[in-house]
Amino acid sequence: MTGRNRIRFLRRGEVVELTVMAPMRTLLDYLRLEEASRGTKEGCGEGDCGACTVSLGSLKDGRLVYEPVNACILLLGQVDGKEVVTVDDLSQGGRLHPIQQAMVDSHGSQCGFCTPGFVMSLFALYQSGVAADRQVVVDQLAGNLCRCTGYRPIVEAALASCTGRPDDAWSKARGETEKTLAGLDDGSDLFIGDDNGFFAAPASDEALAQLTEKHPDAVLLSGATDVGLWITKQLRDIGKIIHLGRMRSLCRVAETADAVTLGAAVTYAEAERALGSIDPDLAELLRRIGSKQVRASGTVGGNIANGSPIGDTPPALIALGSELELRKGTVTRAVALEDFFIAYGKQDRAPGEIVASVRVPKLKRDEAFRCYKITKRFDQDISSVLAAFKFTLDGRRIASARIAYGGMAATPKRAAKTEAAVQNLSLDDAAGWNQAADCLSEDFQPIGDHRASADYRMQTARALFIKALTEISGEATRNTRVTGVRELVDAG
Amino acid sequence: MPAEVKRFTTETVGLALAHDSAALHVQGRAIYIDDMREPEGTLHVAPGYASEGAKGRITRCDLDAVRNSPGVVAVLTAADIPGVNDCSPAMGDDPIFAEDEILFHGQVVFAVVAGTHDQARRAARRARIEIAKDPAAITVEDALEQGTPDVLPPYEFRRGEPEKRIAAAKMRLSDSFHVGGQEHFYLEGQVAFAMPEEAGGMTVYSSTQHPSEVQHCVAKMLGVADAFVTCECRRMGGGFGGKESQAAQWAALAALGAHKTGRPVKCRLDRDDDMIMTGKRHDMRIDYDAAFDKTGRLTAVDASLLSRCGYSADLSLGVNDRAMFHSDNAYYYPAVSIESRRLRTNTVSNTAFRGFGGPQGMMLAERMMDAIAHRLALDPLHVRKRNFYGPKRDRTPYGMKVTDNIIAEVVAELEKTSDYYARREAIKDFNAKNRILKKGLALTPVKFGISFTLIHLNQAGALVHLYTDGSVHLNHGGTEMGQGLYIKVAQVVAEEFGITPDRVKITATTTGKVPNTSPTAASSGSDLNGMAAKEAASQIKKRLIAFAEREWQVAPDQIRFEKGRVIIANQSMSLGELAKRAHQARIQLSATGFYATPNITWNRDKVKGKPFFYFAYGASCSEVTIDTLTGEMRVDRVDILHDVGRSLNPAIDLGQIEGGFVQGMGWLTTEELVFDKEGRLRTHAPSTYKIPCASDVPADFRVKLFASPGNLANTIYRSKAVGEPPLMLALSVFSAITDAIAALKPGTAPPLEAPATPEAILKAVKAMSA
Repeated sequence: MTGRNRIRFLRRGEVVELTVMAPMRTLLDYLRLEEASRGTKEGCGEGDCGACTVSLGSLKDGRLVYEPVNACILLLGQVDGKEVVTVDDLSQGGRLHPIQQAMVDSHGSQCGFCTPGFVMSLFALYQSGVAADRQVVVDQLAGNLCRCTGYRPIVEAALASCTGRPDDAWSKARGETEKTLAGLDDGSDLFIGDDNGFFAAPASDEALAQLTEKHPDAVLLSGATDVGLWITKQLRDIGKIIHLGRMRSLCRVAETADAVTLGAAVTYAEAERALGSIDPDLAELLRRIGSKQVRASGTVGGNIANGSPIGDTPPALIALGSELELRKGTVTRAVALEDFFIAYGKQDRAPGEIVASVRVPKLKRDEAFRCYKITKRFDQDISSVLAAFKFTLDGRRIASARIAYGGMAATPKRAAKTEAAVQNLSLDDAAGWNQAADCLSEDFQPIGDHRASADYRMQTARALFIKALTEISGEATRNTRVTGVRELVDAG
Repeated sequence: MPAEVKRFTTETVGLALAHDSAALHVQGRAIYIDDMREPEGTLHVAPGYASEGAKGRITRCDLDAVRNSPGVVAVLTAADIPGVNDCSPAMGDDPIFAEDEILFHGQVVFAVVAGTHDQARRAARRARIEIAKDPAAITVEDALEQGTPDVLPPYEFRRGEPEKRIAAAKMRLSDSFHVGGQEHFYLEGQVAFAMPEEAGGMTVYSSTQHPSEVQHCVAKMLGVADAFVTCECRRMGGGFGGKESQAAQWAALAALGAHKTGRPVKCRLDRDDDMIMTGKRHDMRIDYDAAFDKTGRLTAVDASLLSRCGYSADLSLGVNDRAMFHSDNAYYYPAVSIESRRLRTNTVSNTAFRGFGGPQGMMLAERMMDAIAHRLALDPLHVRKRNFYGPKRDRTPYGMKVTDNIIAEVVAELEKTSDYYARREAIKDFNAKNRILKKGLALTPVKFGISFTLIHLNQAGALVHLYTDGSVHLNHGGTEMGQGLYIKVAQVVAEEFGITPDRVKITATTTGKVPNTSPTAASSGSDLNGMAAKEAASQIKKRLIAFAEREWQVAPDQIRFEKGRVIIANQSMSLGELAKRAHQARIQLSATGFYATPNITWNRDKVKGKPFFYFAYGASCSEVTIDTLTGEMRVDRVDILHDVGRSLNPAIDLGQIEGGFVQGMGWLTTEELVFDKEGRLRTHAPSTYKIPCASDVPADFRVKLFASPGNLANTIYRSKAVGEPPLMLALSVFSAITDAIAALKPGTAPPLEAPATPEAILKAVKAMSA
């Protein structure tokens, strides 16, 4: 294959080129073991605690954007074409960075082990130019766990330093960095290794088609927020990796009057605005998926393709009537999202076939949408139950419903019997809703696990169905929810 | 207030100085053990265990595939231990490697030493270990049913005949509820690095709260004298009790690997292994009967604390004793029996965790207050106040008189500043109007006894050198786990010499400088080590004063150490100049200091004495909203008032209070340990075990230090311990949730279990509507 056989990234103002790289090498191990930069810590090795957070600079529509990522599960090959900023880099000439100084001034560290990760999450916020308020800060920090401080001083440090007016070496070098990164974005197909083991990051459709044809056993990688754990936790040997993150054709967000179409390699962060504009509940759901770090890496396409029974986006997207485009070589086919999930761990995807995009219809004037995520902790937790509802209304009559749940079966699944039972009911017929809700126990026989018992899942599934109808029939969500109040979202 | 409390003024003690490592923390330049640059040839060790089985004989242990795995240098089992195969703190019942039988899932059977951390971990997975499984006791109920012998004998505090009073009482309650355990989730996992030294010596760098114990364990394991082993710890990335006794095993593995290979060896646990292989806060079932009058005042309490200790004793004696010592919290129980069972289960051995049993004991007290109030439809705060210790109601169930009680003042101030009664009315109104959401409010007290109840641990040593440039080298037996002990003690020493803390070099805790130390635990770090360091500094200072008296022919009261200078009559010189002069006059400028807490006694067998030097007090008020459809809960506002005596460092103390509260809130709400029937921990990573994150802390969070004239006990600058007590301030969150549920059915006490996860809340809600 023609193309590039080295990865290149920007580090401390210099372009680093690596020609030899173990395909499974994580960014964290590269930093700690090869570069011997030991400011970045390993706390959990699974992208949940944020101690390993570093900032990646990349061009989004030509503009330099810094995002926090979990270095422990990010593969080194994924930083190709990006700038890597770590906590070791921030203080210069013996002077602390404004974020660091604010953390010291507010007594934001105790044991200090999580601190580098917090600093780097805040570094990304600092560069964003957003004048942070408390909600912005706690959202930015949802993926950083601190066991000592109780967070208050860290939030204060963030509010004091992330004022929306970045003034540091990075903000000053912005133009130059943009130029360098644009230069690294050569559109060539990247391949390091040989046929027995490689890290590939094709940029062209032809190269991807060739690779998947030749190596149907290769692992397709988009954000590595799942595959990263196969490496760090399951200790699997993954010799062949095809990274989709450089495929421009898979990284597009296309918006039309009636739908949003996301390429499979679009990250949650990139999808957040377009998808979120469909409905405030969908926006809130996206905000609660993983953390900033996870959303900067993870993709909606990956969440669908790996077919987890507790994937957070599929139920919502199913309720909205989304459709997938699958592609093998140059052949494409469409499949309704709910039909893609066949059984636990089994999806309607042939070897060498990839999920290319998902098309999400926008809501029509007569449609009402609600979705809810039930977790032990509000932020950065995996749902025990996820429920999504789309009702088509004819005045106060429910003309039709699309209802989908996660966590209730081996796959994300529609509640077919309940959908039928609720049809033609009135928004004023609470007794009727209760009867319809009985059908949920025919639609689902959930299991119990460490997240929730089967009983709780069933009770909650029912409660959320009633809650959705209560809200759609007119009750203000400030009276029905303890989190994600729609009125506030609408007002904000 | 005693006159001596008011007497002193300070220059450095009492300043809100930043943590001594703050600037290093934020730059990633604070060095934890895994960050030390490895010497050439360093190897890595990873523990291995049987993938299945919680109890039973090992029938097969095939490690060939481990040995043949890439990079493997050695495989270690019990047979490789030259000394004693034990890493227990006292009882000799924690094998470093299981030999014939497995007693819990995750018990270490072997370890593998390899070229890299990754190679060691991969090799460890290749073992084939089979177990002939015996029926295992996983829960408290299993242990009770199976009648397995307890890990330790039961113990009781008793006064009068509560059973008789309860039987005869008009108003009584009985209840049985569970309080969950808690994973420490220190951000830095367990880690140790062992460096073999000449002539059989071993230096172990360990992330431990108890370097002396690591030293003893490693020496005993290697079969060498204690003096051959040195243990050092500069800092931990969090401890919370989890590195008090349970750091020893990993230090032992590193040391054994180093002994076996002659090379430096590091042992760093992967997070999942750490959570599976190390002990947690004891979870308990608490049963009680109580009698009370119509005002809600208790007349008798008869309670049992049934504690899941795990497979061995570890620190379960002290933990469960402390649960008993705190089952009264701030309340007087006229007739009382507190019984404690220490149940043996086939789970990891539970251990110290901030509060050391105290939080579980206090749950009983607060649970009773809530239940009585909800039963009588009284405001729970009134019931609490009616039961406080007071004049003639001042004997604890273990016979100690409470003489420093300020809980009434603390609560009176907080109920005013938190606007308790107005909010109580607003909440009634909210609950009357809202069908789905309910609010709850609670104001709960904390009274926490300070001192190790194992009396001999209440001692500390320090080593101080004054150099001839006037700089000071400080060392003491306390360890730094983030709590700010080092800066507090440095402030004390700086104060003594009248210099700024930047002239005091804080050095890593090591058994080579200060020997035979106690663990940094029981909130005692500053009390003990602060006093010991002050004593060391003061000895040097006395020698300098004596020297100056002779040299300049002045009276001692004409010599003062202040603002970095030494004033001698009408001349002034730097501390360095004086030190140099003293050195030339052959005066010793180095001293060790020692401190033993006075006036504490405890005869455990006779249940007699004064186990605590003093009590720390505090109170908190929490408001929550619950969703009665799903059980979801949000904490809306928290007000805290906490007593730290005269603060050594208000910024550090505030950090302990806030952090302790949030950690306690996690214990009681989102943090749930789930073991399956086979005894496997299912919540062994942050993806499944949920500690609070930033958004869980209420935006409205008002924390204040109580304006204290100073500790009545003669502690270091009249400060009070602050490490553990604030954790129990979080009981107000649990009580507020209980209060919200109680709104569903006035006159009934909600059967809420801890942790109050959405599922637990919904269960209680359903029980109230049934």
